[in-house]
Amino acid sequence: MLLRLGTGLTLAFIYLPLLVIAIYAFNENISQTWPIEHYTTKWFRVAWEDESVRSALLLSVKAALGATAIALLLGMLASLAVARYSFFGRETISFLVILPIALPGIITGLALQATILNVFQPLGITFSIWTIIIGHATFCIVVVYNNAVARLRRVSGSLEEASADLGADSWQTFRYVTFPQMRTALLAGGLLAFALSFDEVIVTIFTSGAQQTLPIWMFTNFGRPRELPIVNVVALFVIIASIVPVWIAQRVTVEPHGTTGGRG
Amino acid sequence: MSSVPHAEPPPRGNPRRRLSSFFHRHHHVRLGGLLAAPVGWLVIVYLGSLVLLLMAAFWDTEPFTNDVVRHWNLGNFRRIFEQDVYRNVAWRTIKMAGLVTIADAVLAFPIAYYMARVAGPRKRNLLVVAVLTPLFASYLVKAFAWRTMLGEQGLVNWVLGPFGLSAPGDWTSLWLTFTYFWLPFMILPIYAGLERIPNSLLEASADLGGRSVRTFWKVTLPLAFPAVVAGSIFTFSLTLGDYILPGLIADQQFIGTVIYSERSSGLPVAAAFAMVPIAVMTVYLLVARRLGAFKAL
Repeated sequence: MLLRLGTGLTLAFIYLPLLVIAIYAFNENISQTWPIEHYTTKWFRVAWEDESVRSALLLSVKAALGATAIALLLGMLASLAVARYSFFGRETISFLVILPIALPGIITGLALQATILNVFQPLGITFSIWTIIIGHATFCIVVVYNNAVARLRRVSGSLEEASADLGADSWQTFRYVTFPQMRTALLAGGLLAFALSFDEVIVTIFTSGAQQTLPIWMFTNFGRPRELPIVNVVALFVIIASIVPVWIAQRVTVEPHGTTGGRG
Repeated sequence: MSSVPHAEPPPRGNPRRRLSSFFHRHHHVRLGGLLAAPVGWLVIVYLGSLVLLLMAAFWDTEPFTNDVVRHWNLGNFRRIFEQDVYRNVAWRTIKMAGLVTIADAVLAFPIAYYMARVAGPRKRNLLVVAVLTPLFASYLVKAFAWRTMLGEQGLVNWVLGPFGLSAPGDWTSLWLTFTYFWLPFMILPIYAGLERIPNSLLEASADLGGRSVRTFWKVTLPLAFPAVVAGSIFTFSLTLGDYILPGLIADQQFIGTVIYSERSSGLPVAAAFAMVPIAVMTVYLLVARRLGAFKAL
């Protein structure tokens, strides 16, 4: 069928560049020619022994963990408010949460950098892992929020009311009823937030000052022909490091009846 | 006869329970408590920064130290409107954003249609995951991949070589790259929109004598249009503000790259020029809302 062919071609189009880069990680030659003549795994060792790569990796992981933690907390709180209460301004909250990811990254980055330079620095706070985390957390909130709200909407609030009827106070209800229902949605949101933060570069360039996260390391080395083999290896690693959490997140939130919404 | 058990008085006492009862009676306070942290964060950190950026557009730069001087004036805006280079860059970017949007809409529709109306539930789930996953694969990795593929000795030249063709020029390469990047953003809303179309409408159209092409043209497409507009918001906005790809792939100046390079010589001018994509997107969003895109998101 023509449609099936079109779908297959589109999928191939989507995955081809990623596959190509993955293959390049095994390229022996420093120059990026195609087709590849000799294959090797030596660049993996070289990349691992590179000090700048290792510290960039460490910074990325730490920042991603910090940003994910903050996003989980704030996203969970916001989702509880929006999904379980109706109040004036509820739609505005949704809009506000989405805004950091809806506006072009350069606007967000420029705005945050303006704040760091003109508000933080006069107070003595300068670019650090915390400025990176603040930037990442701001747009990771929406990822957690979306997952949590979707889950809370699917699971009605009647169980919580029943819990209250049976004598549980708010904390008990949250701990024994609400949170277990949200757990996998929060896990998925957290994994997605981690992946998002780990390979973010557009806003991070503005909030990192002189520090290098792994993507920033890649960016600075794009123009250095001798470093390209290591960049290939790092690229492969980043692909895997972002695809794995996303895939796990999808498995964790698999919906029992296929996708939401019905037909007819 | 068994005795009726007493109703025990509800346990009072410990502070946690009393606090919880307080929250239960005054659930606006509980709501406020829930919202305080996230909303506070977003308003102070994010909106505050945006407001600061907006204000900076009206300020000046000290020429030697590049410090920001809070001298309110419209000089930056005058410079943007008067100097041709800004206008050219803006038009170029908007043109590219439009072309990319069209390309993505055309490419996304077949796969979205397949996912929404043809594939079985298991395949559909798999396809959603398959389309969503590369979204999270690093932006930079994809940029690097395309630059490598489009290079002098890259994959594209190797494939086209035997046919006597060569890799596309700068503009086309950039267009191709942008189209690639934002494609999932177009596929998912169109898929969601097509999925929402009730079968009954299509059956009714068939009952009234419409053959499949006619039904598609007159029923499916108009109903899916808001979803296409919704997807276009992303493709347009992302192209408009991108500051890495134009320099990397095509070595050309776009709105994003200009803002990016201006920022080191002075935040105010960069901030002023940043108002251009904000203004464009505000108009775009208003039009999109009119066309029903927000309901399709």
